[in-house]
Amino acid sequence: MINLETPKKFKPLISQANMVAQELLRPNSRKYDIAEHEYPVELDMLRSLIDGMEDGAAMGAGAAGVGKGGADGEKKKDDGGVKNGTNLSTALSIIEMCWGDAGLLLTMPGQGLGNSAIAAVANEEQLERFKGKWAAMAITEPEAGSDSASIRATAVKDGDHYILNGEKIFVTSGERADVVVVWANVDPSAGRAGIKSFVVERDNPGLKLDRLEHKLGIRASDTANFILQDCRVHENNLLGDPEVRTDKGFGGVMQTFDNTRPLVAAMALGCSRAALDETRKLLESAGFEIDYDKPSAHQPGCVAEFIELESDWEAALLLTMEAAWMADNRKPNSVQASMAKAKAGRSGTDITLRCVKLAGSVGYSENELLEKWSRDSKILDIFEGTQQIQQLIIARQLLGKSSSELK
Amino acid sequence: MATNTTYNKAANKNGNKSAADKSMALGLRALNKFASSSTIDKFKLRKPAEKAIYQASKNGFKAAGAVGRQFATKKGDKPARQPNAKSYGLFDLTPTEEQQMLVEAFGDFAQSELKPIAGQADHDCAAPVELLAQSTELGVTMIGVPEQLGGAVDERSAVTSTLITEALAHGDMGLAVAVLAPAAVSTALGLWGDGDQQATYLPEFVGENVPAAALAVMEPRPVFDPFKLDTKATRNMDGGFTLTGTKSLVPRGAEAELFVIAADLDGKPALFIVESKTDGVGLTSEPAMGIRAAATATLTLEDVKLPAGALLGDADPAVYAECIRLGRIAWAALAAGTGRAVQDYVIPYVNDRQAFGEPISHRQAVAFMVSNIAIELEGIRLATYRAASRADRGDDFSREAAIARQLTAKYGMQIGSDGVQLLGGHGYIKEHPVERWYRDLRAAGLMEGVLLV
Repeated sequence: MINLETPKKFKPLISQANMVAQELLRPNSRKYDIAEHEYPVELDMLRSLIDGMEDGAAMGAGAAGVGKGGADGEKKKDDGGVKNGTNLSTALSIIEMCWGDAGLLLTMPGQGLGNSAIAAVANEEQLERFKGKWAAMAITEPEAGSDSASIRATAVKDGDHYILNGEKIFVTSGERADVVVVWANVDPSAGRAGIKSFVVERDNPGLKLDRLEHKLGIRASDTANFILQDCRVHENNLLGDPEVRTDKGFGGVMQTFDNTRPLVAAMALGCSRAALDETRKLLESAGFEIDYDKPSAHQPGCVAEFIELESDWEAALLLTMEAAWMADNRKPNSVQASMAKAKAGRSGTDITLRCVKLAGSVGYSENELLEKWSRDSKILDIFEGTQQIQQLIIARQLLGKSSSELK
Repeated sequence: MATNTTYNKAANKNGNKSAADKSMALGLRALNKFASSSTIDKFKLRKPAEKAIYQASKNGFKAAGAVGRQFATKKGDKPARQPNAKSYGLFDLTPTEEQQMLVEAFGDFAQSELKPIAGQADHDCAAPVELLAQSTELGVTMIGVPEQLGGAVDERSAVTSTLITEALAHGDMGLAVAVLAPAAVSTALGLWGDGDQQATYLPEFVGENVPAAALAVMEPRPVFDPFKLDTKATRNMDGGFTLTGTKSLVPRGAEAELFVIAADLDGKPALFIVESKTDGVGLTSEPAMGIRAAATATLTLEDVKLPAGALLGDADPAVYAECIRLGRIAWAALAAGTGRAVQDYVIPYVNDRQAFGEPISHRQAVAFMVSNIAIELEGIRLATYRAASRADRGDDFSREAAIARQLTAKYGMQIGSDGVQLLGGHGYIKEHPVERWYRDLRAAGLMEGVLLV
């Protein structure tokens, strides 16, 4: 039965997340926007709180539970009915958390993107060994961003170890994490099929922190650059199949992103809803009434614009919920995941920037957070697949084109 | 031109049953099951009247609204209503089995009957009489009627109507409007009619000889606000009303036997039931940029005297607001259907069309337009479903209807424009349907009323 409301059973989780956002993240938003690179100690308290909460994993960016399909894990019997599971609940709680602060969510202890990769491809022994570890993800290199198949970092077999060399940039939580999932090529002659991911302990002497970046936004989250210099990693730390298989290989590595794209869309939704909520308050305090029935042309310009922004937000929300719902119900959702990320990413930037404009100096000043949200939101249309990459993914699938045809 | 028609001959004239026909039959059978169940026979007191159908044509028409049957006033009990849909509390995009069946039936009808004649109907400014008959056979006017009055759906049916509207507009928007216009009147009566109004009119809409009917809200003035109407209703000494004013873009205006008309009463908008044969009702053809198959007309009301029982929904402002919102959802559903037609058409085109030695779809500038059509179309569709499903459950849906409207006005038109652009010069000529969709999609973001979900 068609119903696009937030499921009742997630309401307690969502209100918990909203409380955390309101009481813990929002009050520290400006503090860590100014004090870039300073570790937000308040989050340690949150870590123990989340660990104690049922379904607390759904509160982080890493969201280890997503992508598995099915509601409430694998144990419950599949009754063939419609499911609302971890993918949807995680997306919905991320919206709340990023309504609080996207930067702080991104640096939530124990909830890195590397955790998603480990959850998706690690074997039983690895899952056990890396349990509770905060895992960052190192893919991007100075010469390889969206084109992640062309990474140059190498991994050379040496006995029961691999020796990693190369440079990794833009590693979210790279300084703060316990381990870093590093992408490197074990056989550059095999091209993308040779790309494997390795779990590298943060204290490995071959993993050298080069610098932390100064950014436009999400400053609470550290962004590290690493040099890999003869970094020895035990073969047991290779995630997935160690063999180079030209027939699949890279596609499997990329699958991690199918499940995390709706979550990044959710981050953009949370950040832009913060801006919409604030702008609505400001408009109403200035005496403007938001009347949904009145035709656009009869509204004051600012109200018409607000409803226009809210409409884009709603479209992005529903696309995100659709993509997550499909994952929960094991329906292939690659197109929908990219549609959600593309729409939420571009709308997030558009909404937050136009809210600043609507609010004037109140929006632009550091006295309020509107300007910060408009800086935070930009990254969400870039990382984990830029706007343009999402459009390529969608177009290739709709048009039935390969990456060599539609470049 | 007046035409009489026999309704049952239209379908399957050649006896050659395609898959489309079979599944249409399936939908029909289901509807019949519902229709035959309850009290429909009790109400079947209709006097069959000569039905004169005025065909709009390129040449236009001008007629007094003197056509149509005698609707004998009847006393009814308490009004019947479709109960609100229950919520299972889960996010779900799966239609019910009944909805799936109907979507399939109407989808097949749209593809096999509407799509092939869409260009001709656009040119003629009219829908073929047989086609309209066929569509009433499918039960469009029964969807919004309570089951105990012979309706087809046991609960509030905004989602069902939305899905059907989308499926029909996937075939053609103008024909979809023509087909669905009478359903707006039966849905309005189902939702807001009192016992007498339902007893008088609804049996006609669940019977075999369904009257053409239309919901008239629009007025011919710029920056139209449906909540501030120029059409005025004044109260008469006998408790009745006098209506004066002009309504524009009324679908199937010339042949409609019954109208629901929005007019200002005591400074507030209200709805009135007006039989077209009432003195003072006039109709003039008003072809527009698009939705031409709906044979749009200007309706003039000159001191039209109505009985007290003509006021629909007690002049309750909440009823009127609901009517406007449901209309906007319907237009969003039409845009979703036509937007899908654009998407379906441009994908093979840009893959086949060669330029600079390769398909133009190999260029990002082209491919990304296709991606954006898909993204925004899905946004319109989901926002429309959300608004409709809230209506079904009896939840407030003013915000959601406004959002569906906004997305339709902005992106629905963008999709129409991109559809032409992707075909270049070929998109501009009538050899391809994209120019028609461009014209039709302009309507979806500006029309008020006409259809209801």
